[in-house]
Parts: sequence; C-alpha cells; structure tokens
Amino acid sequence: MTVITAEHLLTRVRDLLAAHPPADTDRADFLRARFDAGLAWVHYPEGLGGLGAPRSLQSVVDTELEAAGAPDNDPRRIGIGLGMAAPTILAYGTEEQKQRFLRPLWLGEEVWCQLFSEPGAGSDLAALGTRAVREGGSGDWIVDGQKVWTSSAHTARWAILIARTDPALPKHQGITYFLCDMHAPGVEVRPLRQITGEAEFNEVFLTGVRVPDAQRLGAVGEGWAVARTTLMNERVSIGGMRIPREGGMIAPAAAAWRERPELRTHALHQRLLELWVEAEVARLTGERLRQQLVAGQPGPEGSGMKLTFARLNQEISGLEVELLGEEGLLYDDWTMRRPEGVDFTGREAGYRYLRAKGNSIEGGTSEILLNIVAERVLGLPPEPRDDKDLAWKDLNR
Amino acid sequence: MTTAAAPTDLLYSGTEEELRSAVRALLTDRCDAKSVLDRAETGRPHDPALWHTLAAGIGTAGLLVPEKLGGQGASHREAAVVLEELGRAVAPVPYLTSAVLATEILLGCDTAEAAPLLRELASGSTVCIPAVPLTLAPGAPLPAPVRDHGGGVLTGTVTSVADAVAADVLLVLADTGLYAVPAASARLTPRVPLDLTRPLATVTLEAAEGTLLADAGTARAAVAGALLSGAGLLASEQLGLAEWCLTETVGHVRGRHQFNRPVGSFQALKHRLARLWLDVASARAAARAAADALATAAPDAPLTVAVAQAYCSGVAVRAAEECVQLHGGIGMTWEHPAHLYLKRAKADALALGTAGHHRGLVADFVELPAP
Ligand SMILES: Cc1cc2nc3c(=O)[nH]c(=O)nc-3n(C[C@H](O)[C@H](O)[C@H](O)COP(=O)(O)OP(=O)(O)OC[C@H]3O[C@@H](n4cnc5c(N)ncnc54)[C@H](O)[C@@H]3O)c2cc1C
Repeated sequence: MTVITAEHLLTRVRDLLAAHPPADTDRADFLRARFDAGLAWVHYPEGLGGLGAPRSLQSVVDTELEAAGAPDNDPRRIGIGLGMAAPTILAYGTEEQKQRFLRPLWLGEEVWCQLFSEPGAGSDLAALGTRAVREGGSGDWIVDGQKVWTSSAHTARWAILIARTDPALPKHQGITYFLCDMHAPGVEVRPLRQITGEAEFNEVFLTGVRVPDAQRLGAVGEGWAVARTTLMNERVSIGGMRIPREGGMIAPAAAAWRERPELRTHALHQRLLELWVEAEVARLTGERLRQQLVAGQPGPEGSGMKLTFARLNQEISGLEVELLGEEGLLYDDWTMRRPEGVDFTGREAGYRYLRAKGNSIEGGTSEILLNIVAERVLGLPPEPRDDKDLAWKDLNR
Repeated sequence: MTTAAAPTDLLYSGTEEELRSAVRALLTDRCDAKSVLDRAETGRPHDPALWHTLAAGIGTAGLLVPEKLGGQGASHREAAVVLEELGRAVAPVPYLTSAVLATEILLGCDTAEAAPLLRELASGSTVCIPAVPLTLAPGAPLPAPVRDHGGGVLTGTVTSVADAVAADVLLVLADTGLYAVPAASARLTPRVPLDLTRPLATVTLEAAEGTLLADAGTARAAVAGALLSGAGLLASEQLGLAEWCLTETVGHVRGRHQFNRPVGSFQALKHRLARLWLDVASARAAARAAADALATAAPDAPLTVAVAQAYCSGVAVRAAEECVQLHGGIGMTWEHPAHLYLKRAKADALALGTAGHHRGLVADFVELPAP
C-alpha cells in the first residue's frame, strides 16, 4: 500500500474543487463528492469517506477547502455523530454497519444522539439500568428504560445506546452497545428545559423498543469496552480543535473591553488580562497537542484540554457579564426553544455564562476527568472501591 | 502590533533531546540536591568545575553565538532546553546571566569591541555578567545609575546583580554607553539572597576603568533585546523547575502511607496534582512558544514572551508550594531540597519582570488598555 502524503491530498483536493467549484455547486452535492473522494476524514478507509491516510493530514485538507470557500458539514450540529458515534462504529462495526451509517452521518443527513446517561447513572455510567432482553424467536432485542440529558434527541435519527443485558454480572460486564433507531415505536423524546431557558437536551423513554441484532455494536456483554471508545473520543474531540489567537470565549469579552471604555475598571482589567493570557496558553497547548499528533507522538495533554476549556469558558463568560455593568443584569431571551446545537456566538453574554456551566458537566464532569488524569497520566492509585466485583443487581443504587 | 499568531514549532527536535540528555546526565552526576545545598551553605553556591564542563565541555555557553564568533550557532530553542534542565536541578551556574543575558547584550551591540568578548564567552573561558538588577524587566525604563566621568572612568552602584560574584567581566550600562569592566576593579558586596542558588551582590564602581563596547543608543537597545530573550528563556527554567516539583511530589504521595493507604489515593490530593499537571503541560506550550518565537525572530515574539512570563512564573511558584505542602513535615526541612526549589521559583517570579508587569505588556500589545 502506498503511503498517502500531504501532496497526494492536495492534488485530490484540487481535483475535487475543479470538478465541483464550490461557488456553483449545491452544498449537499459538494459534500457527497467530497466524501466519495475520500476527503471527509482522510484516516478512514477507502469507500468510507477516507483514504487510509495519517489522521494528522486532515488539517491539510480542511485548510485547503476552507481557503477555497467550500461548504463544511456543520460539525456543530452533528457533533455527537462525528465525534463519538463514527469512531466507535469504525472501531467495532461490521462491514454492513459501516457502509450503512458512516456516509449519511458525515453528510449530516442523519443526526445522532447519545443514549448513555440515566437518572440513576451519570458519572457512574456503568451502573445503568436500562434493560435489553433478547427475544427467543426473532433474536431481536427489546429495550426498556429511561435515559436523560440526551442532547439533540429531538433532531436525531439514530442513537448510540448502552443497555444492560445481564444484571447478574458485575456492572461493567453485563452491558451491550446498540445503534438505536430514534423513529422506532416505543421511543419517546420529552424536552428538558435547561438553565438557559432553551431545551437543548431531553429525557428519552424507551418502552418495548425493538432493536434488531444487526444493530448491536460489538459482542454481547462487551458494551463497556465499546462505550469507553466513545467516551475517549468524546473527551479528546475538544482538544483537537484549532482556534485562532483570541478566538473562543475570550473574543467577545475582549471586544466589549475595546468598544466600551466606560465599562472599564482596574479590577476587571487585571482579571481580563489573566484570562486572556490563560486563553492564549490554552490555544498553544492545543496547538502543541496537534503538532504531537502530526509527529506521531501523541502526548497526554488531550486528557486535560476539556478541563481547561471548561474552566476558562466559565471564568471568561462570568467576567463578561460583570463587565457589562447594568446590561449584565439583562438576558437576551428566555423563550423556550429547541436549538439544533450550542450557539455560543449567536447569543449574548448571559447565555454564554449560563451555557458554559454545562461545560464542566457534559462529557464527563471535571471531577471525573481530574480522577482520570491523576490515575492514568500521573499513575496515582485509585481510591479503594467495593463495586467492581459485585453483581449489578446487588449494587446499592 | 499585530495579534495574528506566527506558525510555531512547539515540539522538541531530535538534536534538542540529545542536548537535554547530555545536560541531564552531567547534572545528575555532578549537581545532585545535596551538593547544591552543601555549596549554598558555604555562601559560594557556584561550582566552577561544573560550569566549565557545562559551558565548555558540552558547549552550552556558546549556543546563541554564531559559529563565526566561535559559538555553536544554535538558537533560543536549544538554550531553552538547557535552561529546563538547569531549572530541574536548581543548578547554581551563571547560565541565564552569562550565556543568555550577557551574550545577547554583546550580540546586540554587534561591534568589533564586543566580538572578542563574545568569543571568550562562547568558549566558556570567561564569565560575563550584566551589571543590572535581576528584577529589571523588558519594556521597563532602563535605569542608568552609573556615570562616566570621561574616557570610561565609571562611578555608580547597581543593586541585586545576580551571579556577579562569579563574574570575570561585568557589562556596565553607563550614561555614555556600554562598558566592559574587569570584575576585579569593582567592589562586590554579597547580599543574603532568598534564592540560595543564585547569589546577589551590590556592585559598586569607584572610578573603575571600563572598555567602551557600544554607544548609549546601541547599548540600550541591546540591553532591551537581551531582557526580552532572558525573560522568554526564563520561562523554560520555570518549566523545568515546576516539572521537577510535580514529579517529585507524585513520587512521594505514591509511596507515603497514612490511614492504611497511599496518601496519593486521596482524591483531594489527586485533583490538586492533576490540576498542577495541567498547568505544567500548559507552561510547556507557553515556554516552547516563547523559545521558538525568539529563535525565529517572530514579529509577535514580545507578546509571546510576555504571555510565557505572565503564565510560567505562577506555575513554578505553585508547583514548588504544592511540593512543600504535599511532602508534609519533611517538606519543611532543610535537608529536603523542596525549599531550594521554592526559593528559586519565588525569586524567578521577580526576575526579569513580575507576572503583573508582563500582563501589562500583553495589555499594550493586544490593545486591551487599562481604564
Ligand atoms: C448540557 C449537557 C448535555 C448532556 N448531553 C448528554 C448526552 O447527549 N447524552 C448523555 O448520555 N448524557 C449527556 N449529558 C449527561 C452528562 O454526561 C452527565 O450529566 C454527567 O456525566 C454527570 O452525571 P450526573 O449528571 O448523573 O451527575 P452525578 O454523577 O450525580 O454527579 C454529581 C456531582 O458529583 C460529582 N461526582 C460524581 N462522582 C464522583 C467521584 N467519583 N469523584 C468526585 N466527584 C464525583 C460530579 O462531578 C458532580 O459534581 C449531558 C449533560 C449536560 C449538562
């Protein structure tokens, strides 16, 4: 097999652009052509939107396409599919599953959501209680249970789902991973209005939902290993993002400072500068992580980037509200709405402040991530625990 | 000032890693914590033999000096790696002062008079120390406490001069220009330093005779440039220091048992150390960015240096403070090296501009003006 180089990719990108000039190509057509040219995610196999190229070369493609004004596939709207479902399907899916799901996922034709958290199982995700029982005749699975905090369930066509298939085993062992049709009978999505006023996430009730065995991902009872792949991808997908200097949350705060001299105080100035510096250092840390990936020497920095961004987003947006003085007392709009994604730039400071509170909860709380860094990166001993060998049904829930 | 970021190489090259290994091996051998402490207690912390091997043997003194002047023709990136290792060892050697600050001043002068001195510096045979206070910051007004009475006869007093006691030659910024003054013709009054590993002295010149190296304008620009490089590279010393503190502390809490378990298994400590690790990882990115910006003379180097200093100072101090605290009683003892690191970290936080000073520079560069 030939090794794909940056030059190969550039040639392909230019061929794509020549055959489908972005200016007079329909957005969807362009995206389809891009996928079929293997330029969607270059490290995926041929036929699945990739070329089996080193993952690090994706940025070559993205930069070139961006410069040419090509449309993107709106990763903000399809983040869960792109960041979590896709890598898990790629790692554990059958050939049929990969063929069936990856293309519409990348094109944004099918939005995905993540049916993991439950009222009784959040940080302790492996304690989940949603049941999947195999039907004798058909071999289909019948799923019953309740999920919660499900982002985008109201726009999603498919879900990644973990359910308990053997309550007699310890909690990590009796779990199986499924791909669940959100339009299947028995799936009920109810909006959960959140702190910002909008309903970005949902409760999802699963009542006798039939999931064909062909939609199982990985072996029966091995869902936890599959889920860990999802979770790992969830946590690093943030650190890989490339932001310009003074990009991200610090941008509107700095803009307000420049445009509104009457709002300035010395105390706010010191805090703004501290946060500006920290945001710049976070940008550099992310950049260093990307360079490590390109050089094939991935460092552990990725495990920390989500922690850093969560803290910075919260501190900066908090400062921004204060900076605005009297206006900081106001909020742009409490109308209940059903957004398609998180809109940090389209809304005002109060929204940013409130929404950023979720950054240290969603995708693993900061406390859990600190545990992970301490144990996996620093090698500190785990806290003693007594739930590992206990059958799930005997747990204190 | 443009705020767009220049492309930056934040990794270490193979050559840099080789240099690191060489320096680390030497320091492990010849600069363990006990010998650093023993020397510090004599009031003469410098180890001339160690300096000779480091500067001349491994050739680190001339990293910033072009080959045609007898140096290695390397860059700030390599010097930064040396400083990381020196920080890890709180090594009492005049590297920052002689191999970075003095060297950069002489390079900035770019005069025929400076060249021979640069050659000697690069070869490690002469230690040359800028007679400026260690706290002097880039972007701050340059003081001129030394007067030239005509013909390079200099009088004046400079306080808090780091490593002056190791100097063969002092670089003196006088009102008329930059002068090289033999250390023997100055009066050095050692002070008792907070940082036992980087001695301070008051330098008094009483009609001392200096050799003119550059006129006043050139000299001031050269000193300003050197302060920028020094501040940028100090971030790497702070990084190395912080890294040592973190590693040492993690090792300690893993092995130390209380309540029938390793204290490192308590979440309160795990979270603190995880946060510290994050800070150190971030400090590495900031310090590398500064070294690279200096090496490539990037247009945004002054901003990148200010960012690195504003960030790394605090991380080094916090790492050293956590190191003392999480070692418990042993962390408070004279025998344990933690205090050497705390003292260096705190002194480094004042050296070449405080974090607050550098944040002020950031404010200017990115146009976030004070009220
Ligand atoms: C905006 C948002 C979107 C979300 N989207 C989704 C989604 O799409 N799909 C999905 O499945 N889930 C989603 N979640 C759920 C999220 O993953 C969970 O909320 C999260 O994992 C925490 O679980 P919990 O809410 O049950 O809190 P708990 O686990 O009950 O935690 C309560 C508190 O205890 C702390 N804590 C718990 N265990 C420990 C421990 N061992 N050590 C120290 N502290 C601990 C936590 O950090 C937290 O502060 C979303 C959450 C938010 C806020």
